[in-house]
Amino acid sequence: MRREPLPHDALDTADRTLINMLQDGLPITSRPFAGIAAELGLTEAAVLLRIARLRDIGAITRFGPFLDAAAMGGAFCLCAMDVPEPRFDAVVTLVNAHPEVAHNYQRIHRLNMWFVLACDRPEGIGQVADRIEAETGLPVLRFPKLKEFFIGFKVTA
Amino acid sequence: MTLDATDRRLLSATQAGLPLSPRPFAEIAREIGVSEDEVLRRFARLQETGVVRRIGVAPNHYALGMTANGMSVWDVDDDMADVLGAQIGALAFVSHCYLRPRALPDWPYNLFAMLHGSERSDVEAHRLEVLSLLGAACRSHDILYSSRILKKTGMRLKTGA
Repeated sequence: MRREPLPHDALDTADRTLINMLQDGLPITSRPFAGIAAELGLTEAAVLLRIARLRDIGAITRFGPFLDAAAMGGAFCLCAMDVPEPRFDAVVTLVNAHPEVAHNYQRIHRLNMWFVLACDRPEGIGQVADRIEAETGLPVLRFPKLKEFFIGFKVTA
Repeated sequence: MTLDATDRRLLSATQAGLPLSPRPFAEIAREIGVSEDEVLRRFARLQETGVVRRIGVAPNHYALGMTANGMSVWDVDDDMADVLGAQIGALAFVSHCYLRPRALPDWPYNLFAMLHGSERSDVEAHRLEVLSLLGAACRSHDILYSSRILKKTGMRLKTGA
């Protein structure tokens, strides 16, 4: 995934407006891009081409449904590991091989690997975390959310 | 809500992304062998019940210039954590704020807040703002900067489960 800022001229005003609009969500209708296209003064085809390009240049990482594991009877859990530096890349491979690992970040701390497990059944969290402990021989600290203070944070493109 | 087999097929078919077509739900319908109306009805219900939070984009913060982000962590009085968490969550530079269990003795922090900015110095300034908001309720704190994204796929459903 791209970590460097795009050159400022990589996105025009319509691209920026599109990113901001699409963060709010697409309507669930037969022609979901029609309203956005009208608002931007573009055709639906032009909007679709722009979304494809935004994905290709890395301005967006994903376009699709965002799922909440808890709402379908499952769970998310933030996990952390203290991975010895020489083993780091090998442990990344072992951890990321699990489809339940939704994202994973290296962080500057003694606990240097932080990942989120997403399972459609609550018991899945413990099972996957235990399996990762067995595969790596390292403890997996578990930080399930007790409460979420939800806010409509948006990146202004 | 409990997902049935068709819901699962629907989510499996779209979890890597929605088809980039003028009628994406019709394409999904064709792919899994149901009508477009049924796909629309099911997605509406999935969104109502919160299984689907929204259908939209995940912006790449880095590409859009928000290159600095830190996971700030705070050891806050349990009695006050709800009130303070809500206040921190409402700050414009905080994207996520969660109350989580401590892992003593290694990890004394119970409040996690993701701070964003275009430079590290912005994030440090935000951190001081949170610190002053928490005041005496905060016993200790730290911030963990990310050095590498190792994976970012979002939640995946197992197919056929």
